[in-house]
Amino acid sequence: MNVYPLLIEVLQVLILLSAAPAFVGWVRVLKCWSQGRSSAGVFQPYRDLAKLFSKDVVLAENASWIFRFTPYLVFGAAVLAGGIIPILSTDLPLAATADVIVLVALFAIARFFTALAGMDIGTAFGGMGSSREMTIASLAEPAMLMAIFTMSLASRSTSLSQMAQAVLSGQPVLRPSIAFALLAFVLIALAETGRIPVDNPATHLELTMIHEAMILEYSGRHLALIEWASMMKLFLFAALGIAAFAPWGISTTDAFLPVLAAFIFMTLKLGVAGVVLVLIETGLAKMRLFRLTEFLGSAFLLATLGMLSYFILE
Amino acid sequence: MMLTPIETASACVLGLLLIVVLAGILHRKQRLLLPVCFSLASAASLLTVVAGGLAVANGLTEQVVMLIGLPDLPFHLRLDPLSGFFLTVIGLLAFFVSIYSIGYVKGFLGRRSVTSLVIFYCLFLAGMFMVVLSDDALIFLISWEVMAAASYFLVVFEDEQVENRRAAFLYMVVAHVGAIAILLSFGVLAGLATGFGSFSGYTFDAMRSAHFPVEWATAAFLLSFFGFAAKAGVVPLHVWLPEAHPVAPSNISALMSGVMLKTAIYGIIRITFDLIRVFPWWWGAIVLIFGLVSAVMGVLYALMQHDLKRLLAYHSVENIGIILIGIGLAMIFTSFKLPLLAALALTAGIYHTLNHAMFKGLLFMGAGAVLHATHERNMEEMGGLIHLMPWTAVLFLIGCISISALPPFNGFVSEWLTFQAFLLSPSLPSPLLKLLIPMGAALLALTGALAAACFVKAFGVTFLGHWRGHHASRVVETGWMMRLGMIMAALTCLLLGVFPTLVIGWMDAVPEQLIGSGLGATAGTFGWMWLTPVAYERASYSGPIVFFGILSVVVAAYLLLHVRPGAIHRAPIWDCGFQKINQRMQYNATSFSMPIRRIFGFLFSVREQVRLSPQTPHRAFPRRIHYYLRVRDRFWGWLYRPVIEASFWVSRKVGRLQQGRIQAYLIYSFVTIIVLLVFLG
Repeated sequence: MNVYPLLIEVLQVLILLSAAPAFVGWVRVLKCWSQGRSSAGVFQPYRDLAKLFSKDVVLAENASWIFRFTPYLVFGAAVLAGGIIPILSTDLPLAATADVIVLVALFAIARFFTALAGMDIGTAFGGMGSSREMTIASLAEPAMLMAIFTMSLASRSTSLSQMAQAVLSGQPVLRPSIAFALLAFVLIALAETGRIPVDNPATHLELTMIHEAMILEYSGRHLALIEWASMMKLFLFAALGIAAFAPWGISTTDAFLPVLAAFIFMTLKLGVAGVVLVLIETGLAKMRLFRLTEFLGSAFLLATLGMLSYFILE
Repeated sequence: MMLTPIETASACVLGLLLIVVLAGILHRKQRLLLPVCFSLASAASLLTVVAGGLAVANGLTEQVVMLIGLPDLPFHLRLDPLSGFFLTVIGLLAFFVSIYSIGYVKGFLGRRSVTSLVIFYCLFLAGMFMVVLSDDALIFLISWEVMAAASYFLVVFEDEQVENRRAAFLYMVVAHVGAIAILLSFGVLAGLATGFGSFSGYTFDAMRSAHFPVEWATAAFLLSFFGFAAKAGVVPLHVWLPEAHPVAPSNISALMSGVMLKTAIYGIIRITFDLIRVFPWWWGAIVLIFGLVSAVMGVLYALMQHDLKRLLAYHSVENIGIILIGIGLAMIFTSFKLPLLAALALTAGIYHTLNHAMFKGLLFMGAGAVLHATHERNMEEMGGLIHLMPWTAVLFLIGCISISALPPFNGFVSEWLTFQAFLLSPSLPSPLLKLLIPMGAALLALTGALAAACFVKAFGVTFLGHWRGHHASRVVETGWMMRLGMIMAALTCLLLGVFPTLVIGWMDAVPEQLIGSGLGATAGTFGWMWLTPVAYERASYSGPIVFFGILSVVVAAYLLLHVRPGAIHRAPIWDCGFQKINQRMQYNATSFSMPIRRIFGFLFSVREQVRLSPQTPHRAFPRRIHYYLRVRDRFWGWLYRPVIEASFWVSRKVGRLQQGRIQAYLIYSFVTIIVLLVFLG
């Protein structure tokens, strides 16, 4: 049995664990520059995590096991997703574990438990966050599925490795359906990862919090795990978009040099993804909750247009 | 002597009827009656599981002509993979629920006699088993009526409450309107099978071998679909369901929601795929559209509820919709001669049938446990039960995860298969369907996400946070028998989700029988670990890796973080420095669903009022605020009110004939006879 795919698998998970805070740090640095502030550096998230890990946990008196279990589950789902999405190579032993729909569901189970944890303590903020998070998720899901549908039309597969390989082996042509699906995907990814204009990860302003409201009661290593997992989620959505829409550079074999090249390409592409994210976030203001139906509705519309243009034009 | 599966199954039905007699004998000894009868019923159910499971696993088809029946028209029974599959589903849940009932029904002891509950429970089970075993129209309709009547008496068990009697009456009316449609449908089929001169067309064999002209077949299909849809609670025929299921005792609700609705699914599959066999694609489109509407409307109505059992009942509407989506897609694919895709869609539909039976049974049993402990159905009066009822909380949570279609539990597998069937719709030759069917996939995704939101609400408000009730409660955990029934159902949910490939291999005889093609060859190509419904390149899922993968990361993270002993401090909730937080400040069921109510409010008739109390000195400082919210089914006003008014109007007009004088009635009879003589003579 060939051990190289397994090694790459392990390597991918390690890259995910170690690079996700750096990616978030990079986004924060860019944001500081764009706003004319001086930044704390790319490595600040590592220092934050280390600080949280070394602190003791303070639990509310009536917190149940759900509250304590959720951080581990959220972390576990993110790590597993990192073994499935082709970040370095499409030749992964775990790639067949899940197609895109299962990946979305993996994030959904993490969200389900986070929302439960938000309601566990019984404060108004927790419930508010859970309610809003689940509402936004239910609006994002149809758009996500439509985008997956459109992407799967060209590659005839919902498996991410197969999608990436289909793009890699084909001629690089600009398909209108893929362009629409990419736009829809960007909007959905903003909603799923809780970025502006849907949610603001930098704020603890009471009435606009969504994700932060759910995890308001967390502290110590629990909070560290949740923060780390949400960093990984941002990283994974970027990797997901790269694998589905711009997989050039991802290795299709497990030889050393292509994988090394894939790592360099990944770094460059994530750097660009960070720039795009910051451009979007600085260009937009946070939306009111009930304006989000229009935002996610337009994501759905774009994905549907992508599907129609595939049937009509291609 | 070895019994064949069909003999075993019929022996179980006979056994259930004997339990009815036994219950009558033991009437005076209620404490003995309860464990004896329910454990016998659970044994009978387990035997039917064995019989049905064997019939499906070996792809057997056996027939029996019974010695009883009408003169010259004996009853026919048949056990084939399709009926074997439904027999397994019904038997498995009946087994869990019977064990659960031993503990649950104890709660009625001392308050009322449970003999009638036991008797109708056994008749209800026997009726359901017979419906799927029957092989002619007569015995089918008789069993159907036994099932309906028995469940009516079970719904009305606590008959001192007006609400229960009203719900049971509504149920009875809808069930009978449906039964008439099914009767007419069989009439059309039987008449066409052998001509209207002979009676032998009532057997399903005669219908199978007949060839139906498409217009008559359509009439029969539409009639039967209407009848079965009324039983299954398809929107807009669903109104009885959220009334009847919550008021029945919870073990009965579990059976009604979990398996009784499935007999209607069985009927739809039996009539279309087995009896009529050849049909145009738009039949499938009808089933698909009703399925989609039921799924979306069901989950949205469920979100508006704050009665736990009503919420679950509306989720049955949703899940019946998801099952119908699978069946509708299978019908469309079959009519376009795409057998592999049809097999995929049908497998998705019947897999969801099995899954829904398990998790809905589990959830209703859990709701029953909560009701048993708190005597409360309103979620707004609950909260924090996870500390008082830890077992029930875990088991209910497993049901919630399963029904919300989250991996690695079972609801996810069948919804994933349905998505795969949707994603393969571009291979249809019709451009219109190619463009429209993906919209269905989006609606299904919406349904799944809303269901997750609804169960975060249901579990969060009931089990998490603080107790919201007014009076301090003495809530205790449920007994072991109830727990045992729920534990087994929860384990089944997990196993069905983690090992889907084995389950699909087992149930493969059903699509083989109905469509002539199965998934067994492709789904399990890479062994039991991997589920590859059509091809490896297309899509794959591995339940074991998802389950054990997440589990091992969770365990590893937990152990790594506990190498260094870190203290956990318990502290009061941070109240932001204001006055003390109380339990009325929590989000409750109504406030949780408020954003969704705002967004999808146009689908309901919502009336919302906020009123300040009259003693308020100034608007800015209200002493009390009254909040009034009413969410109603629009279908009631659109569809049912006119029908009710029309039937009252007709009754009043007909009532004029009743003069109360014997002379008038004699004249009516005389005129009738003359008319008949003139027309028929």
